[in-house]
Amino acid sequence: MSERLEIKNLHVAVEGREILKGVNLTIGRGEVHALMGPNGSGKSTLGYAIMGHPTYEVTAGSIKLIDEEGTAHDVLDMEPDGRARAGVFLAFQRPMAIPGVRLADFLRHSVTNVRNPDRKEGQELMPMREFRGELKDKMKELSMDSDFARRYVNDGFSGGEMKRAEILQLAMLRPRFAILDETDSGLDADAVRLASESIARIGGAEMGILIITHHEQLLEHNIPLQTHVMLGGRIVESGGPELAAELHKQGYERIRKAYPEAAAAEEEMEAERRLEPAAN
Amino acid sequence: MATDTNESSTLALGEINKYDFRTDTPTVFKARRGLDANIVAQISEMKREPGWMRDFRLKSLEIFNSKPMPNWGGKIGVDFQDIFYYLKPAEQQGKSWDDVPEEIKKTFDRLGIPEAERKFLAGVKAQFESEVVYGSLQEDLAKKGVIFTDTDTAVREHPDLLREYFGTIIPPSDNKFAALNSAVWSGGSFIYVPKGVSIEFPLQAYFRINAESMGQFERTLIIVDEGAQVHYVEGCTAPMYSTESLHSAVVEIAVKKHGRCRYTTIQNWANNIYNLVTKRALAYEGAMMEWIDGNLGSQLTMKYPAVYMMEPGARGEILSIAFASAGQHQDAGAKLVHAAPNTFGRIVSKSISKNGGRSSYRGLVRVEPGAKKSRSSVVCDALILDDASRSDTYPYIEIEEQDVSIGHEASVSKIGEEQLFYLMSRGLSEAEASTMIVGGFIEPLVKELPMEYAVEMNRLIELQMEGSVG
Repeated sequence: MSERLEIKNLHVAVEGREILKGVNLTIGRGEVHALMGPNGSGKSTLGYAIMGHPTYEVTAGSIKLIDEEGTAHDVLDMEPDGRARAGVFLAFQRPMAIPGVRLADFLRHSVTNVRNPDRKEGQELMPMREFRGELKDKMKELSMDSDFARRYVNDGFSGGEMKRAEILQLAMLRPRFAILDETDSGLDADAVRLASESIARIGGAEMGILIITHHEQLLEHNIPLQTHVMLGGRIVESGGPELAAELHKQGYERIRKAYPEAAAAEEEMEAERRLEPAAN
Repeated sequence: MATDTNESSTLALGEINKYDFRTDTPTVFKARRGLDANIVAQISEMKREPGWMRDFRLKSLEIFNSKPMPNWGGKIGVDFQDIFYYLKPAEQQGKSWDDVPEEIKKTFDRLGIPEAERKFLAGVKAQFESEVVYGSLQEDLAKKGVIFTDTDTAVREHPDLLREYFGTIIPPSDNKFAALNSAVWSGGSFIYVPKGVSIEFPLQAYFRINAESMGQFERTLIIVDEGAQVHYVEGCTAPMYSTESLHSAVVEIAVKKHGRCRYTTIQNWANNIYNLVTKRALAYEGAMMEWIDGNLGSQLTMKYPAVYMMEPGARGEILSIAFASAGQHQDAGAKLVHAAPNTFGRIVSKSISKNGGRSSYRGLVRVEPGAKKSRSSVVCDALILDDASRSDTYPYIEIEEQDVSIGHEASVSKIGEEQLFYLMSRGLSEAEASTMIVGGFIEPLVKELPMEYAVEMNRLIELQMEGSVG
């Protein structure tokens, strides 16, 4: 069996409110999966839960990394940095600004830890020359200006710059499994095409990718093995690339009609959200 | 630069207590404990001072005795009768490090002073307890008429120049601790930069307290003449003892027409030090005065560097970083007085509180009547690392002129869970992530420092952050 990220019956709550209600999803290394669904259906929650955001409480189910030998590693036992070091990556829909911290400095720490999962704080970082060389090459491949790495992490970045910085990190960290949460939002058509090409080049056979998107352009160069539709905190239907195209053109009406129970759950979640505007 | 700084994040264990070491250093003379007119007269006599200085000291002592303790800031638990006010560590000042007594030389070696001197300083003063034990100045600067000496020597060798300013910018009556310093002062730097002379590399003084229950009262006077320029740097450390020591300095600065002065302080006191310092500069026409003030350690620091903008076009900038950890209270801030039209002031204050530490920003912006078209901006940001820590802001603004522009912004933030999660999701441990966020928080100030000090500052912050996540 090949390496895979295995999610079984995952239930996730935020401040006691259940958002995910039993998600099952297996992503093999080298596979591309698309995750679509209306706003608020729980797509981003899935990404945060996989990465270990403290606000997202897993109330039931499991997330496991299965290695080449078939040994299962319990992701839920790991801190977020442990998950990153185990090869999991989340490209944020809205990455956080870290004022005063240069992207290059941050990335050097990050790359060092991810490549040496046992590294303790204070131990040596990746040699500067080697790091700079690699960073420069990757930035060139992504048509990014090398000055960009001197800027403070996401501080004052435009929406597009943030997304490109996330893709740069993806390229540098080369995770085994990546969740890309709306990496196409905020980008114009050309930028989406570039992102799509870049992700395909970075990913290749080495990466299992879950692409969360509302559009199909990002999938142009990343033909999904499977497209999953999330509604009301569950994956209600899975299909091929044609499903992504259908949803993009025709929206979610057919899905809502076909899965009235999930649609009802979605409406309920929507109503709760309106009552508590502060929660995300 | 910040990238290079991270190279130094590898900390050997021994380095953590780099500053917390003490040496058994023989002393040449130690005044008995306590404070009275006899002690003050004895200090003056030991220094073979002229009568006017002895009188100045004795009068200051009276003022000190008559003044109440400040009723603001922090709790000052000093028993003034339990302090040694004067401790002479060496017979005379060395002109080369070889002239400095071995134990004292070792101390400064461990603090890296001779090395820094070779690399990037134009002159150095090293003060151990009450006296300056080593002094140097590049020859070409001396030839241009630059004076960089200890204040005691200046009393003897440059009395006219010194008397014109000494005790006029900060009179003994200014506050209780200025009076105390005026009575028992010893050491400190005296700098004169003649007209039009620009000193490219910094002049540095290093103040080291080694003895227990010691009071260090250096007195610094800097005169920057018209169109001249200087950057002065001071560093201060002390080992940890069980009883309190007191550091109470007075720093007076005059920056004349179109002169520029930058004064950088990086203090890293042990937790038993009361650090009560008065610093004030007068900036004249078109002159620029900058205070860059980094406060780490101490039990209580009360320090508010001031710039009085006396003539049109004067500028004053104060950048302050305070880091308060367990058992520490940093009551730090700044003071800007616009006493003339078209003057420009800026205060940027950043404070960090962790493990129950408390930091307060206390600042005053005052605009005198007639100081038209003056502009001032104050930005103070506080970062609190845990629920046990505290941060307060006490901004005072007094404006007696209509035609001015004064801005004040303050923010208090906790290290954001979202920021931590973002960094951790990229493989940084929680401790690394916190240190990085704190480093980023002070980066706007650290980048103002010359590289060597920026490296030192970042390293000190990393030391402070060690073990902060448990």
